[in-house]
This record gives sequence, structure tokens and C-alpha cells, in this order.
Amino acid sequence: MLPVPADHSLPERWRTEIATRPGCGKPVLAWLELDLDARLRFASGLVLITASELLACTPEASWQSWPLRGTLALRHTDHAGVGCLELLDTNGRIAHWRFTLSQNLAALRVISEFERQTEALRTGQAPKTPDEEICATCKAPLPPGEDECPICARELHEAPSTWTLFRLWRFAKPYRWQLVAGFALMTGATAATLVPPYLTMPLMDKVLIPYQNGKPIDTRMEIMLLAGLFGAAMLSWLLGWAKTYILALVSERISADLRTTTYEHLIKLSLEYFGGKRTGDLMARIGSESDRISVFLSLHALDFITDVLMIAMTTAILFSINHWLAIVTLLPLPLIMWMIHTVRDRLRTGFEKIDRVWGEVTNILADTIPGIRVVKAFAQEKRETQRFREANAHNLAVNDRINKTWSLFSPTVTLLTEIGLLVVWAFGIWQVSHNDITVGVLVAFLAYIGRFYTRLDSMSRIVSVTQKAAAGAKRIFDILDHVSSVPEPVKPVPLPSVQGSIQMRDIGFRYGNRSVIRNLSLDIQPGEMIGLVGHSGSGKSTLVNLICRFYDVSEGAIMIDGVDIRSVAIADFRRNIGLVLQEPFLFFGTIAENIAYGKPDATRAEIIAAARAAHAHEFILRLPQGYDSIVGERGQGLSGGERQRVSIARALLIDPRILIMDEATSAVDTETEKEIQRALDNLVQGRTTIAIAHRLSTLRKADRLVVMDRGQIVEVGNHDQLMAAEGAYWRLYQAQLRNAEQNLLEGGE
Amino acid sequence: MSSINFSLERNAFGQLVLTDADGVRHEGITPVRANPISAPLEGIALMSTDGHEVAWIELLAGLPAELRALIEEELGAREFMPEIKRLNKVSSFATPSTWDVETDRGTASFVLKGEEDIRRLPGGILLIADAHGIQFMIRKLADLDRHSRKLLDRFL
Ligand SMILES: Nc1ncnc2c1ncn2[C@@H]1O[C@H](COP(=O)(O)OP(=O)(O)O)[C@@H](O)[C@H]1O
Ligand SMILES: [Mg+2]
Repeated sequence: MLPVPADHSLPERWRTEIATRPGCGKPVLAWLELDLDARLRFASGLVLITASELLACTPEASWQSWPLRGTLALRHTDHAGVGCLELLDTNGRIAHWRFTLSQNLAALRVISEFERQTEALRTGQAPKTPDEEICATCKAPLPPGEDECPICARELHEAPSTWTLFRLWRFAKPYRWQLVAGFALMTGATAATLVPPYLTMPLMDKVLIPYQNGKPIDTRMEIMLLAGLFGAAMLSWLLGWAKTYILALVSERISADLRTTTYEHLIKLSLEYFGGKRTGDLMARIGSESDRISVFLSLHALDFITDVLMIAMTTAILFSINHWLAIVTLLPLPLIMWMIHTVRDRLRTGFEKIDRVWGEVTNILADTIPGIRVVKAFAQEKRETQRFREANAHNLAVNDRINKTWSLFSPTVTLLTEIGLLVVWAFGIWQVSHNDITVGVLVAFLAYIGRFYTRLDSMSRIVSVTQKAAAGAKRIFDILDHVSSVPEPVKPVPLPSVQGSIQMRDIGFRYGNRSVIRNLSLDIQPGEMIGLVGHSGSGKSTLVNLICRFYDVSEGAIMIDGVDIRSVAIADFRRNIGLVLQEPFLFFGTIAENIAYGKPDATRAEIIAAARAAHAHEFILRLPQGYDSIVGERGQGLSGGERQRVSIARALLIDPRILIMDEATSAVDTETEKEIQRALDNLVQGRTTIAIAHRLSTLRKADRLVVMDRGQIVEVGNHDQLMAAEGAYWRLYQAQLRNAEQNLLEGGE
Repeated sequence: MSSINFSLERNAFGQLVLTDADGVRHEGITPVRANPISAPLEGIALMSTDGHEVAWIELLAGLPAELRALIEEELGAREFMPEIKRLNKVSSFATPSTWDVETDRGTASFVLKGEEDIRRLPGGILLIADAHGIQFMIRKLADLDRHSRKLLDRFL
């Protein structure tokens, strides 16, 4: 028997390849398609695993196989987009394979299968059944049998399709009756605009031409016809107004709903999502993309539908009057459409280019304005101006090129229209001369056709605007479709009053596929103060992020008062945490508002009490408007220490059971630090506290010090115990002591 | 530091092992180019597994042949920046778009997530990052053929 591929279906090519090879009769458990050879050239190969062997077919060698043994190990590394899978035993490396990270999921699956099988060989027990598979990127559970997360995969590979626009229906649905009314009005208005050319027929044939032939004007008929023209104009005006008003109203509401819904969803997404996106991009998606969709719906889509209605109705009318003339009239239509379309196409590329070049210009602004202090400090104003000038010149050049085509466009459409008219004139005159049609019919045709051709121009525009709107809609739905990697529990466990004990059980965490926290366990008692120390990059902030549930652990669990934090509603849980960060962020608003950020209904007395406790009260009073002073955009106008104390007051006000300080005093000088330290001492009392500090002296009050190194806890104990142990903490301490002495010496000279 | 005061060898696990002047062995050495694009042959650091620089090589050309071959082999197995020679096809001009390209390492196809993933470096070099973080390079726009330039122009 031959190996049979398991649920993840193997590409056809490999299936036949395997079929021709003498197999071991076991099903393929997992496989990895190699796309690189050993010298990192693109080539294809395969690694697969069955219950008894690991097989590989590389571009260099044909099939090789290794029976599974307990002593074998697979090592997985990656660098610069290239993954490497190495097969090792205790004596050395047996084989290795390389692949681009697009195959990474498959590689991870091979490894987990491999580990499952070799584990079984070592222990002699049957292989464990695998856990539910989760997406390596967003950590959402995968649908059974799927190897790619539907969310991440879509975000990656799908080019925007016009169909995306139909998904907007979800937002249009609440307004469906208004939409129906709008469309009815639109049909009416369009029909009304088609009445006047029709009336020119009797006007010509029954009034004017008989008059020329010597008959008196039939005044009654004339008045009736003119009244008809006036009535049609009024009707079309009224209906057109009502339709535009209703539909504009609806489309504005649809886009407002879209904007709010997207923002509401976005702000609930995890920090992981925000870490991977640029602020400008997200702002553009919610701001201008939704606006673009609104303009598309209220202008372009409407115009387009009107045009289609108009053309359909006109065609029907023309055919009902005289089908031969109608055929001749419509004959050049496809040609004109095609020509307009080609020119448009060229223009569209040009306009897209202008968009991008424009982005370049704004980028320079976005770069230099926030960095203005650096620009000035290094006296580089001239260079930045030059950079701007160059971007502008580029912009000009692109615009000039486009304008050449653009200026040709309108006259060309006019020309085509004239030619169309010419054809109708010629054929019409010929038909009149043969008495096939009356002069009135010809005039009516000419009147119709004028409206007709100008419409073609605006219709051809629809292609590019639709594509743009579809791209915008796609970018918005990307956000809406993203599932938070920190999901709300389906049935949240209530968390009434928190004691403040925290247990971490064998937790592990990866950013992407880079392991940052490994096998970490720690129990924190209610009211205990933990000092977290370690080199920069040892994972302290990451641990704090996990405790705050900004990210979810990859392995293990974090419990608060014995309850897994993933089973508690996120807002319920965070309410109990006060967080003070190294870089305090103040929102635009008054100081009082900023302090009350976590508890908007706080009374003035509460706010002032919190500020007092945070040692912020006095400096606030020294500001011209006291608590009503506006601070904004990163709290300009306040010093780092002052901002920090405002943020401490903010944490104090919500009276959290758990307090977390991540390098709260690292960015300020020693004097300010002392002041902040006094504020913090107020904050710490009676709360479970986790403090990260660079200066070890700041952690004097800690009940226990936890030393971290490369994502693991290496030491726990109080200052004296750890000093006595002469371990990692002792080394950190000695290094700081030496630094301090050095500073003293240098300062003394 | 022109003289070489260390020795380098490959162990059975395929890792580079460096023995420094004091006789200390560092396993799992990775060579890293300081300026992989602008000056690939100058300035190579040998880094230990914990990310510390163990040795610095000013000029690759100044090394004994054997040592140089070892380092180049290791670099060759780690460095991956295919140079695009020709664009065959792009799936759409709106991103994400799948590109079929010829590179100096063979034919490949990749997904470009957004136009912002195409970056200009000084010297007219274009770096194109695909959806999985692989960097493709275009050394000189003008050296591409007309077809490729026309396709690329839609993204620049
Ligand atoms: N958002 C992130 N994405 C990827 N890696 C990260 C991210 N944040 C931190 N890291 C990495 O995780 C490691 C631990 O970082 P961190 O917890 O901030 O260290 P510490 O706070 O102890 O200085 C570092 O090597 C850092 O480069
Ligand atoms: Mg940190």
C-alpha cells in the first residue's frame, strides 16, 4: 500500500510522485512543500511525515527517508523570510531543508506531527490526539480541516473585487424603504426628462410644418404642447430634487454607520493588531475611505443607474418611433464606448499615480512636522525644504504628463458626439427624402441622441470609481472582518470583588513565531509588591502586557483570584488594573478630564484628592487655569515628571486592586523620581503591585524581587537573599553600583 | 583589527564554532553583514547565539581563503534577497496583488500587500517586501525591460 495524504490535500503533482515510489503503507500525516534549494534558489521539493518515517524529496537529491526514532529531533529556525528545518540526532545534523515563510504553517504542522510521533516512541504510548488547531498568526481556532486561517488568508491574498461593494448591503439594509422610494423617484425623474424630445415631434409635424405649408397655427394644440413641455420640466425638476435629496441623505447615513461601526470594531481589537498597522493607514481607512464610498454611492452609483435607465428608456422610445433610424443611431455606440474607455483607462492610471505622488508630498510633512525639533537642532531646514521641493517637482511632472491626455479628452468626446450626430443627420435626411419619416421624428431623434452621448462619457467613468470604491470597501471590511486576538469570552464569569492574587502557570508567549516568554510560573499574593528586574529585552513589559491581557498567552494560563483571565469580560477585568507606563499619554482635554479618564463620573473632590496623593496638586495649581488647563497631543506644556504624576493620579482615581508600573520613573531625573516615588508609595499601599524599574534602588519596598532573563524567571527573593546568593541580581546590582560610583567621580571632578 | 585572532570551524550539527584568542569556544556563530545592500563585502560581524558580537571582519577579501569560504557559505545559506530581473505578470494593479517574476534565483511568485511595501533606497535601489517578509530587490529600474518597467510603473 502507498502513503495516502491526510485531510490537507497534497498537490496533485506530489500525489502522483508519491504513488510511483515504493511506500511504507502509512498515511501521510503532514507535509511541507519546499520552495527553495540548499543554495536558496527557487525550486520545489517535499518533506513529509508518516507514522513510521520522515521522507524528503529535495531538488538536489531524490527521495530519502529516515525511520522515526526517539532520539531524532526537528529544529526550526527562520531568518529574513527564510525558514530552515533541521533534522538532528544526538551526534549531529542529519539533514536540513529550506523554505520561504509562506510555507511556515506547513512546517510547524510537520514539527508538531513529528513531536507527537517521536514522543509516542519515547514513552511507548499511543500518540496523543492533537489539540484544536489554531492560526499561527491571529491565534483564532481554525475551521476543521483547513490549514490556513480564513481571516488572515483573505487579508493577504485577495485583490479588491467589485463584489466587495455588495457587502455594503449590510449597512444599506436599514434604509431599504428610503432606497426603494429613491429609485422610484429616480425612474420617474428620468422618464420625465425624456418627455420634451418626444413632444418636439408633434410640435414640428403638427404645428410648425403645417404653418410653413400655409396653414394657420393650431393655438390650442400649441398651448397644450408647450404646457406639456413645461409640466415635464417641472416634474423632472421636482422628482430629481426629491430623489437626490433622499438618496444623498441615505448614502451619507450609510457611510456614517460604516465609519462608526468600523471605529467601534477597531478600538476593540487587540494591541497586536495596532502594533502591525500604521496609524496613518488606519486613519485613512476610517476617514477618507468611508467618505469615498459615500461619494461613490451618492454620486457615481446614482448617476450610473440614472444613465442606464435613461439609455434603456431612450432605446425603447427610439425603437418605438422608427426602428431603422434607431439602429443607425445606436450603431456607433459600441465604438464610442470603447474609445472613451481606452482614453479613460490611460487617464485612470495617471490619476492613480497622482494620488501616490501626492502621498509622497504628505509623507514629507508627516515626517518633518513631528520631528521639527531634530530638524532645527541639526540645522537641516534647507535640506528638508529641498526634499519637499523635489517631491513637489515630481508631482508637477506627473501632473503635466496627465494633463496632456486630459486636455485631449473632453474635446474628443465632443468630437465623437458630433460624428454620431452627423451619421444620424445623414441617414435621417435620406429617410425624410424617401418619406420614411417626418421632420419631427428626425428632430426628436437628434434631441434624444444629444442626451444620449453625453451620458456615455459619465458612464465610462464608473469603471474607475467603482474600482476605487471597491478597494476602499475592501480596506474597511479588512478591519471589520478581523477578529480580535484577545476575544471576549462567550459566557463571561462574573468578577465581583477582586482580592488581587495573580497566578501564572507555565505561561509561554510568542510575537509571531518568535518566542519571548517561556515556561514562566509565578504566584503573587494579594497586596504583595513584586519588583520585576532584568536586562532590557528580557520580557518584562511583555509579561505585563500578558497580565493586562493586551495579548493572550500562547501556552499556560494566567489566573486572577483563581479565575482564568480569559474567562472574564475584558472590561470587568481591566477595571481592576491601574497601569502607569514609562511614556504617559495625555489626551487632548483639561487636566481634570485626563485624571478622570478611567472614571468619567468622578467628582471634583475625588479628582483633587487623587492629584494630591499623586503629588500633582501643587504643580497643577501653579498652571494658569489650574485643573482646567488644557493639555493635549502628548501633554505639551508639561514636563515629563509632571505628565507622569498626572498619569499616576489617573491610576489612583480608579482605585485598582492591582497596580502595574512599567518603568514609571525611568524617563525622569533623580529629583523628580523621588517626588514620583513618594506619589507611588501612596499608590502602592494595600494593592497587589508589580513594579518594573531600571534603577534597582526604586524597588526597596518590594516584598519580592523577580529577576527575568530571556523570557524566564531566573531568581526570586528579597534584596538581601538575592545579594547573598550572588547570582543574576547581584551582578545587575554591582553593575549599577559601579555606574553610580563612576557618575559620582565624574561629577566630583 | 586586521589580524585574525580567532579560528572558525563547522561542527557536526552544522553550526559554526568560533574559538577566540583566549581559547573560549562559541557555538552557533552567525555572520552578519553590516551593510548588506550598500557594501556587502565590507564589515561583517560574527555574532554569538545570545546576540553579542564576537569578532569583526573589516574586509571579506582580506581573509584567508578557507575562512572566507566558510563565512561565505554560511552567509549564502542565510541571505535571501532575490534580485528581480523581469516582471512577467501582476494579477492586479490594486493591492494585494500577486506578482510573477524572474529573479536571479529562479522564477517565483509572491503577494505584494500594499504599495508602501515597495521602498526606495538611496542609489535607486528598490526593495519590495512580500506578504511573508521576504525582500525582493530591483537594483536598477532602468535595466529592466520595457514590459517590466511598464508594469512596475503602475505601482510607483
Ligand atoms: N510588538 C512586538 N513584536 C515583536 N517583538 C517584540 C514586540 N515587543 C517586544 N518584542 C520583543 O520581545 C522581547 C522582550 O521585550 P520587552 O518585553 O519589551 O522587554 P523589556 O520590557 O524587558 O525590556 C524583546 O526582544 C523585544 O524585541
Ligand atoms: Mg520594557
